[in-house]
Amino acid sequence: MADLATYALTAIGLVFFVAGTAGLIRFPDTFSRLHALTKADNLGLGFIVMGIGFQTERWSQLAVLLLIWALALLAAGTVAQLVARAALTTGKDE
Amino acid sequence: MSAALDIALCALILGVGLATVVGRGVFRAVIFFITYGLLLAIGWARLGAIDVALAEAAISAGLTGALLLAAQGRLRTMKTEAEPPARARLPAALAGLSVACVLGWAWFALPVDQAPDLSQVLPESGVGNPVTAVLLNFRAWDTLLESVVLLTALVGVWMLAQDADWDAALGPRFHARPNGVLANFGRILPPIGLIFGVYLVWAGADDTGGAFQGGTVLAAVILLAMMAGALQPPSVAHPVWRVGLVLGPLVFVLAGIAGALLSDGFLTLPLTIAKPAILTIEAALSLSIAATLALLVIGPPDDQGQDA
Amino acid sequence: MSLSIFALTGAALVGIGIYGLLAQAHLLRRVIAFNLIGSGLFLFLGAAGSRGIGIDPIPQALIITGIVVALSASALAVTLVVALARATGRATLPDEETPR
Repeated sequence: MADLATYALTAIGLVFFVAGTAGLIRFPDTFSRLHALTKADNLGLGFIVMGIGFQTERWSQLAVLLLIWALALLAAGTVAQLVARAALTTGKDE
Repeated sequence: MSAALDIALCALILGVGLATVVGRGVFRAVIFFITYGLLLAIGWARLGAIDVALAEAAISAGLTGALLLAAQGRLRTMKTEAEPPARARLPAALAGLSVACVLGWAWFALPVDQAPDLSQVLPESGVGNPVTAVLLNFRAWDTLLESVVLLTALVGVWMLAQDADWDAALGPRFHARPNGVLANFGRILPPIGLIFGVYLVWAGADDTGGAFQGGTVLAAVILLAMMAGALQPPSVAHPVWRVGLVLGPLVFVLAGIAGALLSDGFLTLPLTIAKPAILTIEAALSLSIAATLALLVIGPPDDQGQDA
Repeated sequence: MSLSIFALTGAALVGIGIYGLLAQAHLLRRVIAFNLIGSGLFLFLGAAGSRGIGIDPIPQALIITGIVVALSASALAVTLVVALARATGRATLPDEETPR
């Protein structure tokens, strides 16, 4: 049962990662690429963390997984803001 | 199944490695190099070398990546000439191919030596993590000299400063908007990073971790605090930072001399005090590693480098 | 089986790095290629150290030392590149200007 939940949740997570990557490659400018990358990938990572969470043996391991997810969210959000600001000020849509 | 995973991982590592070398543009090469380091860290974890995986991710991908990104930014603001195209491709490819083939042949030709079994002597080291035991007890010489190499590299980097900049603060000037996202990030993350870095050093005695991995995390905390404006980069002559830089090698050498006077010889640790001695050396060493790595990445004092 | 895969990957990475070191003129790219050679050798050494009984911690300790030394060397090299670019406006060696 736990294995089934892991398979399902990580599969959903991978779908979001694929979508985010497709957006990163296909979208035309920096801002829409950032949007694809941060939103889809953070959601995907959340699903994967939930999926792996079913395999943990202790609550502390689950807590560590959640901490990793929270830190990744924080870092991705901050970096996306900084990249967007840099793109805005230099006006480069590369 | 696991062989398929390893083959896919190695194919990815090779593909990304190739992209760093032949891809278009230096910026892209740097980004690919960071990705490459992270993939390689997964590879080390697959090989069961978790300590190396941590070092690879933190030092090779993280700090080297930051170093290269900063340098690339500086070269761009200096408006250096465009990158010349690759030349002498065929001879270079032949040279690379032949070295790779010789190494591959060596892998199958060399006899499989029985590795010395450290589990017999591990209790004599005072710590439970065999990698830490090798780094700080059995082959402490290497680690002592390595800490000196770090310091020497930093002195070398400082030598490249221009005379006019010598008294200025180290590194380029960082601009973070007060109360902007970066400034806030620089307030939230350092406490977490501090705990994690100290934990890695402490846990390194018996579990995964160690002075180098923990010191690298602490260095990242220092760098982030500097970029976010929470910590001012010191000047070359700053006394507290100088003490921090030499503390690790100094404690290490003193412990070595104490071993020569009181025990069997230079850098030998008697079993009774081995664990506290190793932890003391590691604590001092990780402080120095953190300070040295952070200052290595921000580079020499530079007043002209306005934007980083 | 897996060990051979990683060892051969390491060997190939050394080859790729040597190609980059020889063929690319931009000095930052050469620093990256140099790092590629180093990490390929580490991978080779690490795989070799895992043959025999279990995992040998001695190569692991050597590799961690090597990674740190590689960072020190890279930092010095990158600073030299920036200093050269500041002095000459180029990030390539003077005798390797492209004919135009």
